[in-house]
Amino acid sequence: MINRRNLLKIGGAVVAASILGSESVLGAQDFEGNPDRLGMLTDTTRCIGCRRCEAACNKANNLPAPKTSFEDTSVFEEKRKPYVADVQSYTVVNRFEGEDGKPVYRKVQCMHCDEPACVTACPVAALTKSKEGPVVWNEKLCIGCRYCITACPFYVPAFEYSSAFEPKIQKCFMCSQRIKDGLIPACAEACPVEAIQFGKRNDLIKMAKQRIWGEPDKYIDHVYGETEAGGTGWLYVSKLPFEKMGFPGNIGVTSFPKLTKDFLGMVNLTLVTWPALLGGFYMATHKKPNEGHENKNETENEKKTEEDIKHE
Amino acid sequence: MNEFGNETVERHVYPKNELTGAEIISNWFREKIFLGLSFKEYMKTLITPLNIGAGLIVFAGLFLIAMRFIFGLDQVTEASNEQPWGLFLTWGLFSGVPFSASGFVIGTGVYIFGVKRYQPIVKNAILLGFLGYLFAVIFLMIDLGRPWRIYYPMAISFGTASVMFLVAWHVALYLSVQFFEFCPSVLAWLNQGYLQKIAVSMTLGLTIFGVMLSTLHQSALSAMFLLAPGKVHPLWYTSYLPWLALISAIGAAMALMIVVSKLTTIYFRNRASAEYLGSIDDVTIGLGKASSLVMFTYLGMRLISITHEGAWKYLDTPTGHWFMVEIMILALVPFLYYYGVMKKNVKLIQVTGVVTMIGIILNRFNLTLLTFNYQLPRGEPFYWKEVLVVISVVIIQVLVYRWIVNRMPVLRDHPDYPNDGH
Repeated sequence: MINRRNLLKIGGAVVAASILGSESVLGAQDFEGNPDRLGMLTDTTRCIGCRRCEAACNKANNLPAPKTSFEDTSVFEEKRKPYVADVQSYTVVNRFEGEDGKPVYRKVQCMHCDEPACVTACPVAALTKSKEGPVVWNEKLCIGCRYCITACPFYVPAFEYSSAFEPKIQKCFMCSQRIKDGLIPACAEACPVEAIQFGKRNDLIKMAKQRIWGEPDKYIDHVYGETEAGGTGWLYVSKLPFEKMGFPGNIGVTSFPKLTKDFLGMVNLTLVTWPALLGGFYMATHKKPNEGHENKNETENEKKTEEDIKHE
Repeated sequence: MNEFGNETVERHVYPKNELTGAEIISNWFREKIFLGLSFKEYMKTLITPLNIGAGLIVFAGLFLIAMRFIFGLDQVTEASNEQPWGLFLTWGLFSGVPFSASGFVIGTGVYIFGVKRYQPIVKNAILLGFLGYLFAVIFLMIDLGRPWRIYYPMAISFGTASVMFLVAWHVALYLSVQFFEFCPSVLAWLNQGYLQKIAVSMTLGLTIFGVMLSTLHQSALSAMFLLAPGKVHPLWYTSYLPWLALISAIGAAMALMIVVSKLTTIYFRNRASAEYLGSIDDVTIGLGKASSLVMFTYLGMRLISITHEGAWKYLDTPTGHWFMVEIMILALVPFLYYYGVMKKNVKLIQVTGVVTMIGIILNRFNLTLLTFNYQLPRGEPFYWKEVLVVISVVIIQVLVYRWIVNRMPVLRDHPDYPNDGH
């Protein structure tokens, strides 16, 4: 039966749970964002595949030296991933064949989404979308659950599986430290042909559209990242269709927090409904004549009676 | 007859005040730990071929776990950035937790809805649920990059938009709830009458709290994959994922109880009361009936959800064929249960329980491991070392279960606390 003690217990649980629940929902609000947030624009029609961005990135982030030099173009034989066990880099340039047979290069790195899947996934808020624009990672908080890797639609974050004591999540951080120091990201600085440009995301979108308008034959009419996955900080313009350059084709324009927002919204409802429903049911079905046996409920008493009868 | 049901050892012959302290301690160990035998006798009973085999596997597994903690995850697993979650989580968390719904499913039936038919198995159901969660956390600890920070989502930093944040909280809370729910049996074993009564008095509150936590995190386990629409194969990805997870967890819990109840009547006959042993056929038929209904619901919802997502077009692909294996097993189950209940065929229901378990485990494996990232070129889903670790942890789990059932009143009532399961 529900007596005062049990009622208090349930009440306390509901209150505690509601607070917890509402917190979860608050986290999944629509993105407003800093209008001045920074971004990057890669123009694949300009890129010459010189890999100087890779070299600059390696140096700026103090990453281990690669097996072959950054001038070696044989790496283009395969489609590389930015950070895997034996290639520790935050960015790679891959070669694709253009429609006119000439090579087209695409730089691959973190897209710095406006509403990143990895940030939504992180249970300890170790990954955050900084006000300035880069998606950054806090080593002091990461528990190594790797949900960010599961969630990222661009297959970007990487985990150091060979490290037992301080495995890091590795990805491009848009040189957030350099930005703080008043510098521009190393790859943009190193690019000899301005294929990588750094600036406010809004300005970059305008610049990208101007290029498309100005030279409609040189570009397809799409700025990749303007709406993909709810908008990304890293933008691309290209002549070759994006799906032919290894961009995931099934991203959609829905922002990732929206995918789990409905589910998290049910948390509150569930937590409040169950105790009322089940407690109510129990009270309605477990009426007993003698009040006051705090620690015993109906079934127990019935059982006792049955046993008594047996003994008699 | 002593509390273990064997009449061979006479122990309560000396009045307590005539014993020295050392004797009291040695008697306590003899009674509580060594099953009424002397230490030497007890050790002798442990040396059986089965125990030795189990011991060797556990030893090998522990060695590999040590390797993982010294040299990193890639020493023992196939985990990679293409497959961030491997066998440890797929087995221990995503497949294990649905079966651990046993505590909440049977507990709700008995303590809230007052279905006395399942009274005999309720303590066992709670124990199995508790151990399931405990070992899910152990698997998680082996898999986490920095397991010493496992409490971070609870105390240090809150990623409130994350479904995993929800899972972390709920699993932690529910593990505690299950521990308290099982306390009456532990305290009866330790003869702590007063505390035992307090523990029993918390049953209703704990059960309701358990329902709240269970419904949410059972569904949350699959809801985590809502965040990966391009990576989960369309035949599995649906916005119904949370519901499907919850319903199949209820089916999984009942299947586990059907199967384990049968196993206890074979292997723990001397630890079970006659009342328990006599009730299993009736319990099985009842669970079969409920399971039939649950699995019909699951099947219907699953088929509708696939239609909703327009995913039937993937049926004639290699992944689609593999999907057919899973769905055919899960589609067969409710009909088999139904037929078994109709014919009062307990054996058939028990076999169906096993089939259900296989089907649901296959479902979780497909969702989280085998078809995940289906667009990427795939390597091996797991490494033999990973399998060995899983087997050894499962053996430990079974040994812990056996240790508890051999000592505590799980399949019977304690003579001094006849109503501890109420």
